[in-house]
Amino acid sequence: MFKKNINLALDTESILKDAQRELALPSRRLFAKRALTLGGLSLLTGCNITDEPSVNSMLERISRMNDGVQGWLFDPKRLAPTYTQAEMTRPFPFNAFYAIEEVPEIDGDDYRLEISGLVSDKRSWTLQQLHKLPQNEQITRHICVEGWSAIGRWGGVPFSYFLKQIGADLSAKYIDFKCGDDYHTSIDMPTALHPQTQLTLTYDGQILPPKYGFPMKLRMPTKLGYKNPKHITSIEVTNSYPGGYWEDQGYNWFGGA
Amino acid sequence: MKTNIAQLPETIVNQIKPPVVHPIWLRVTHWLNALAVIIMILSGWRIYNASPIFPFRIPSEWTLGGWLGGALQWHFAAMWLLFFNGLVYLLLNTGSGRLWKKFLPLRPTEVVQDFVKALRGKLQHDALDHYNAVQKLAYVSVILDLILLVVSGLAIWKSVQFPLLRELMGGFDNARVVHFCAMSFLVAFIVVHIIMVALVPRTLLAMLRGR
Repeated sequence: MFKKNINLALDTESILKDAQRELALPSRRLFAKRALTLGGLSLLTGCNITDEPSVNSMLERISRMNDGVQGWLFDPKRLAPTYTQAEMTRPFPFNAFYAIEEVPEIDGDDYRLEISGLVSDKRSWTLQQLHKLPQNEQITRHICVEGWSAIGRWGGVPFSYFLKQIGADLSAKYIDFKCGDDYHTSIDMPTALHPQTQLTLTYDGQILPPKYGFPMKLRMPTKLGYKNPKHITSIEVTNSYPGGYWEDQGYNWFGGA
Repeated sequence: MKTNIAQLPETIVNQIKPPVVHPIWLRVTHWLNALAVIIMILSGWRIYNASPIFPFRIPSEWTLGGWLGGALQWHFAAMWLLFFNGLVYLLLNTGSGRLWKKFLPLRPTEVVQDFVKALRGKLQHDALDHYNAVQKLAYVSVILDLILLVVSGLAIWKSVQFPLLRELMGGFDNARVVHFCAMSFLVAFIVVHIIMVALVPRTLLAMLRGR
């Protein structure tokens, strides 16, 4: 009993000492400590703010605004850099939202390109008819949204020529593409009319192989990779926002480079 | 007779209240910049992970956005804050003449002298309104680094639309390397900056309340 009292007395003394020391500490030191952990706190909450619906809708709104800014920055006459055959990336990487084994096999003889929307000639096109149109070739850089890039040689029909051929309303806002691999995306009219935007039928001088989008893809060196649809089966000219496979999940719609 | 503080001549008031070290516009732009920079770095690390340029990835717990698309949304939202806030800072700082007054002259010999002093633990942070040569160099460097980050970022984001920027950065692929190196410098600066603030907490108070 006696011993315990001594301990208690000692404890009280040391606690008071500690308390006095704490009180003597400038409050600003404590404040600085808390401010430092505030940084840690903001990092922790960073994991959760991404799931917040109001934050997501704000980010979505800013992304739509960035579509507008990119449309304004886009110069319809400025060409993407072109390269020599020696600079080509070999092998050109395969990239899709599925594995290479799942690449669709499309029968070129049965293939029809469907045309709809604001066009005067809605007849569908066979592959042979597309190959008979005037063709050109370009060696350009494909830039992926992930950051990697690769240089490839693409041949086909200038898309602006094709749009005029089908009597498209060139003042319409969007072109929508539906594809044989259940992909879809859409682009703005100024990019569609850009001189380097191409209905692509060949890769490196050969018929477009399935992994790169047989029988036909759209190639745009002014846009990121996911905006370049493969295995296109239908084209629609429209004024209502069509979105796209990745775009509906949060990728920027304009996707310009 | 009682005297109201407001009735005293300004010089005497200034002796009672310590002078303002950081004007309000500087404090506001500093903290907005801190917010923008944190969002840019954390979301940028997740974008980097999608296709790393060096043989390592950033742990995903340290990143912002949840997936590539989310990280890109954060990155391309915060860039507006970084850009316009930085622009306001630079305009007010150069317009008011504060930039030159605070950071010039910046003499290499003084930097070396102060750096040696700092290594020996003899560099004093005595006056909050006066930077030593090492501080001057650090702050001028980080301002230039942030400008390089914005310019190299622009060269990556719009490599076709800004051909001059792209070529200045040494092409599209090299612009990513420049962007990454500038980010690394910024992170190193932030680490040292926070350690220094922890060592001299009154600098944090000055950045919050101005004096």
